[in-house]
Amino acid sequence: MKFVEEYRDPELGKKLLDRIHRRSRKPARLMEFCGGHTVAIFKYGLRQLLPPNIQMLSGPGCPVCVTAAADLDKAIALGKLPGVIITSFGDMVRVPGSRSSLQKAKAEGADVRVVYSAQDALTIARDNPSKSVVFIGIGFETTAPTIAASVLQAEKEKIKNYSVLSLHKICPPIMKAILDLGEVRLDGIICPGHVSAIIGSRPYQFLANEYHIACAVSGFEPVDILLAVDLLVEQIESGEPKVEIAYRRGVKPEGNPAALKLMDTVFEVGEADWRGIGIVPASGLQFKKQYEQFDAAKKFDIKISPAREPKGCICGAVLRGVSTPPDCKLFRKTCTPENPIGPCMVSSEGSCATYYEYGEGDGR
Amino acid sequence: MEDKILLAHGSGGKLMHDLIQSFIPRLANPILNKMDDSAVFDINGKMAFTTDSYIVNPIFFPGGDIGKLAVCGTVNDLSMSGAKPLYLSLALIIEEGLPISDLKKIIESIADTAEEAGVKIVTGDTKVVDKGGADKLFINTAGVGIVPEGVNISAANAQAGDKIVLSGTVGDHGIAVLSKREGLKFNTPVPSDCAPLNGLVAAMLGASHDIHCMRDPTRGGLATTLNDFAGQSNVGIVIEEDKIPVDKAVLAACELLGLDPLYIANEGKLVAIVPANDAAAVLRRMKRHQYGKNAAIIGEVVAEHPRRVVMKTLLGASRIVDMPVGELLPRIC
Repeated sequence: MKFVEEYRDPELGKKLLDRIHRRSRKPARLMEFCGGHTVAIFKYGLRQLLPPNIQMLSGPGCPVCVTAAADLDKAIALGKLPGVIITSFGDMVRVPGSRSSLQKAKAEGADVRVVYSAQDALTIARDNPSKSVVFIGIGFETTAPTIAASVLQAEKEKIKNYSVLSLHKICPPIMKAILDLGEVRLDGIICPGHVSAIIGSRPYQFLANEYHIACAVSGFEPVDILLAVDLLVEQIESGEPKVEIAYRRGVKPEGNPAALKLMDTVFEVGEADWRGIGIVPASGLQFKKQYEQFDAAKKFDIKISPAREPKGCICGAVLRGVSTPPDCKLFRKTCTPENPIGPCMVSSEGSCATYYEYGEGDGR
Repeated sequence: MEDKILLAHGSGGKLMHDLIQSFIPRLANPILNKMDDSAVFDINGKMAFTTDSYIVNPIFFPGGDIGKLAVCGTVNDLSMSGAKPLYLSLALIIEEGLPISDLKKIIESIADTAEEAGVKIVTGDTKVVDKGGADKLFINTAGVGIVPEGVNISAANAQAGDKIVLSGTVGDHGIAVLSKREGLKFNTPVPSDCAPLNGLVAAMLGASHDIHCMRDPTRGGLATTLNDFAGQSNVGIVIEEDKIPVDKAVLAACELLGLDPLYIANEGKLVAIVPANDAAAVLRRMKRHQYGKNAAIIGEVVAEHPRRVVMKTLLGASRIVDMPVGELLPRIC
């Protein structure tokens, strides 16, 4: 197949590794923003292969993990309303809110269906005119345009029983928020691949200009990631941070204008509640006034009790790059994928689940 | 005749009698034909006995259906202990409203698969439940077979130095079924690998009676089976990523969905642990069989890191291959 095997080529990978070992001298703290990158790095054991002066940190780029408990509680409350079908991306159904999860709500009788895209949710709405279909809109800029497209499609077809609970988040503002917290010092960022396919590489320019951080957009195969690390090493060694793309088959500097337009038609930037970080201004997407009739938060009157976070869980610190999963007292003891306490242990792209599944990066 | 299954089809009356009679001829054999309360037959030697219930959504999928699955699954479970499968039972739990034409197709497929595997359906049962009481059709099959003299296969028998042999590509069945599921439809040329493996096992036993462990990696995939071997035998297992055959279309679907082929179900594959000296001969026989063409030695058993499965990745790093947790769900972005 095109576009997978080439990027797993061991020879190419070894050449890149040799070059990184030859050229990397300065200590470098690199954060991979995206949970998909964390998984790939662990799956291929890349941390073991990099020189010891390069330290890799995992960032907040797992859409499931950063969904606030209060927002999950809202989704669960919606599922308990009569005549409502909840449609959601897969991982989301397992994540614990304050008191329950969508999976548990399903076992208790809620109609919760896993879909792969918002278009599938729209199909369910078309097929069930007597029910109200709510799509739990999570994710970053990657998924938001497709969800905007489903809203425009619903408007065009006059589908009235479809709405979206918009919990969308956007990347550049949260990167800025984490850096401004001052808890973690970074030399380079592996910028998300799929998000950048939509927004392009330009929105990261402030990281190089104002924060002096090297940036490289990466794909999700081992060779992609090694190429991104190689570009970051070159920037760090030369002391000239900039924004480069190591994922040219997917990302253009200007992004995808058609997708951006869809997103801008339906949504506008607003504050968002991030698990473990709190409310960050201008870091989420909410419905524009003229599409309000598709906003599940407005359409349904849902009341939830104050959200609470699990005791002892340090997912927030893990998401901010301040702690690693083994720093948590619950990790591997009371918190396991079978019995997850925090969201980072639930999502397959969560740092805790990745550390748990693939070992702590040393293959043991 | 009605075109859908009614509750009355399960009532024990004439409707039920007619329904059963309509599919009995396809399954006919002297033991079943007696229609007694139990099947009676002679059996000599060490007997293997197994049962499994089959639920699959959708009931028809590329490369098979629930009927084929119900025969293959039980035939394969018997085969994995080295037994030659002989007789199967067949119990159907049917949801009211199932089209009778669907049931007929499934019975055809059961009959065809039993014929291919050389097993006889010797006893059976049919129940009908209210709409919503089951999802279209549930099937239970149990089976008996005879284990040849000198064969002793168990997940607890792996020894350091043994080789791990896999009969072909992994992940085909799970991806084929997933591709047709509501809310997740996508096009893939991959059919399910669903197949009876008793012929392949007989060929392998022809090369060596000293097969230590053997299992068909169904739910939970290859990763789960290898973890079972490592745990029950108290040994370590090392596999090499580049030796594991994966169909390109399965790989593509896995990339798209964020799934790992090592964790995806198979219904026509087996993984065996054999002494190093016998590995080449076993592999040769497998490759000559239609269900073992892509067989490969994918790793070995080691004394180090007992109860752990470690994979050497393409780039030469290593990582743990753990048991999967919960349901496999597609990724978000």
